[in-house]
Amino acid sequence: MTTTMTSGTVATSRREERRERRKRLGPLGVLSHVALLVWTVLVVVPILWTFLASVKSEDEIFGDAWSLPRTLHWDNFARAWEQAHIGQYTLNSVVVVTFSTFGTMLLGSMAAYVLARYPFRGNRAFYLMFVSGLAFPVYLALTPLFFVVQNMGNVPVLGPFIGLNTHAGLVLVYIAYSMPFTVFFLAAFFRTLPTAVGEAAMVDGASHTRVFFQIMLPMARPGIVSVTIFNVLGQWNQYQLPLVLLQERDKWVLTQGIADISTAAGYDQDWSALFAALTLAILPMLVVYTIFQRQIQAGLTAGALK
Amino acid sequence: MLFQRYRRGLFITAFLAAPVTLYLVYVISPYIQAFYIAMTDWRGVTATPRFVGFDNFARLFADGIFWKAVRHNAALLVLLPLLTIVIALFFAFLLNVGGGNGGSGGLGGIRGSKLYRVIFFFPQVLAVAVVAVLFQQVFRPDGSGMLNGPLMALGVEPVGFLSNPDVAFWSVLGVMVWQAVGFYVVLFSAGLASIPRDMFEAAQIDGAGRGSLFFRITLPLLWDTVQVAWVYLGILALDVFAIVWVMTDQHGGPDFSTTVMAAEIYRNAFSYFRFGYASALGVVMFFFTVGFAIISLRLSRRERIEY
Repeated sequence: MTTTMTSGTVATSRREERRERRKRLGPLGVLSHVALLVWTVLVVVPILWTFLASVKSEDEIFGDAWSLPRTLHWDNFARAWEQAHIGQYTLNSVVVVTFSTFGTMLLGSMAAYVLARYPFRGNRAFYLMFVSGLAFPVYLALTPLFFVVQNMGNVPVLGPFIGLNTHAGLVLVYIAYSMPFTVFFLAAFFRTLPTAVGEAAMVDGASHTRVFFQIMLPMARPGIVSVTIFNVLGQWNQYQLPLVLLQERDKWVLTQGIADISTAAGYDQDWSALFAALTLAILPMLVVYTIFQRQIQAGLTAGALK
Repeated sequence: MLFQRYRRGLFITAFLAAPVTLYLVYVISPYIQAFYIAMTDWRGVTATPRFVGFDNFARLFADGIFWKAVRHNAALLVLLPLLTIVIALFFAFLLNVGGGNGGSGGLGGIRGSKLYRVIFFFPQVLAVAVVAVLFQQVFRPDGSGMLNGPLMALGVEPVGFLSNPDVAFWSVLGVMVWQAVGFYVVLFSAGLASIPRDMFEAAQIDGAGRGSLFFRITLPLLWDTVQVAWVYLGILALDVFAIVWVMTDQHGGPDFSTTVMAAEIYRNAFSYFRFGYASALGVVMFFFTVGFAIISLRLSRRERIEY
């Protein structure tokens, strides 16, 4: 377009073009700002409204939705944390997700590496077995899964730790159900890495295992980070699997706890504690998201862009 | 040499053993069992389930609630991708191309486009269960609801967002769109970023307005990403559970006006203990999902040949 112009006039004429273009798009520019602001309001206001309600008294919550609290009831948070057990549920979630994400990444990257880099008979079959899980609805497996986990409880020695209502049992289930995406994504990633470094190390006498942990895994770091974020969020936000597998209250994870306060409690509800509990669930996500928003956006959209 | 090969085989076995075992036990075996349980009348009390052939499926197809659930999933399958993609494309276009007053690129996005993207994406980070409880409060039927409060102040009758069977489904759809849009704005923005700026500039110099910029340049070049979005949102629509189970009255009500297949599977299995019946529902759902995946793969392949 501007290639026919001499270099001296390029800068000024470009600026004029730009100004002219802006004029043509003028009134719509305002409208598009309005549209964007409307969606911003739609996203932000329900969340802020919840934060606001979390410091209201019970009467204020049942009064006008948009009234401001007369005094700030911080005690709502104490009740949510203690009596509604949000503290316990948060701790449970942290424990489960820490182990399950670590396990997912360890086992997932091991399987992905072998399947991506070592041709052997059956390789393709194993790969397809893992990846086919991406297409299955988890609801089909739900009923049998309940009994599988129940039966795991009867396994000698380990049984009591991995049956129903155990965090370790849920961790194993999370790891298994995170395999399809993790293997799919990381296998694709390992295939793009150069082979030369690993081969050189092998010549120098490094074992296959050592090449994996000390050379390939560090090289795959960007992919590992994306999938880790994907798995942390996916497992933290999981509701369906714990709903089926953890039925004892003191084992519940945070999503179960939040969902339960609003559904099962009946008439003697502590509504202000409910809003405080919601705030306690949202606020940490907001903080983490604000700090890592670039990585989180990349991690979550990584699968779709592949 | 032999030792080398032995070491290699040992390594492969050692690395695959744990992931494959876990996957076989917790994923593959339940899926296979589900097909068998679907042909039994198992209710969990007897040790050996009785084989009943296709009885569960016959009962299922005569069940009005099942068809309600299927209809809701089908409506979501059409409406959720359509609304989400249209809104997300519109915003992605405004934020990346159509702003007209970009800073460095000349023809970049609107001012503050990065901040908009960050805000729009946030709902995606929240757990669906948390979003469901949040909107349960937003949708309260009286003056204490975030939406009904202002409506009543204006003298409008309060809307039974979740209590009116004619409205509840649309509330569910609305919340799903609310949560999904930001993800696809970011996805489409990434797609747009890979289109050379020159394309848009050249078109604008040739006199293209916003409309033709969008329909003639943006949409055709983003078509692959739109297809991916369609598949993702379609699967989301078929898989929906938590938002319905947690947010709506009576888990899919009122009067089954919002129920979906996943909710009926859970209800039948873990409230009624009809494991055979629930598994039959799961099998039907499985074929819907696989069918959808095959159809969308077919369609997208045809599109690619046309290119």
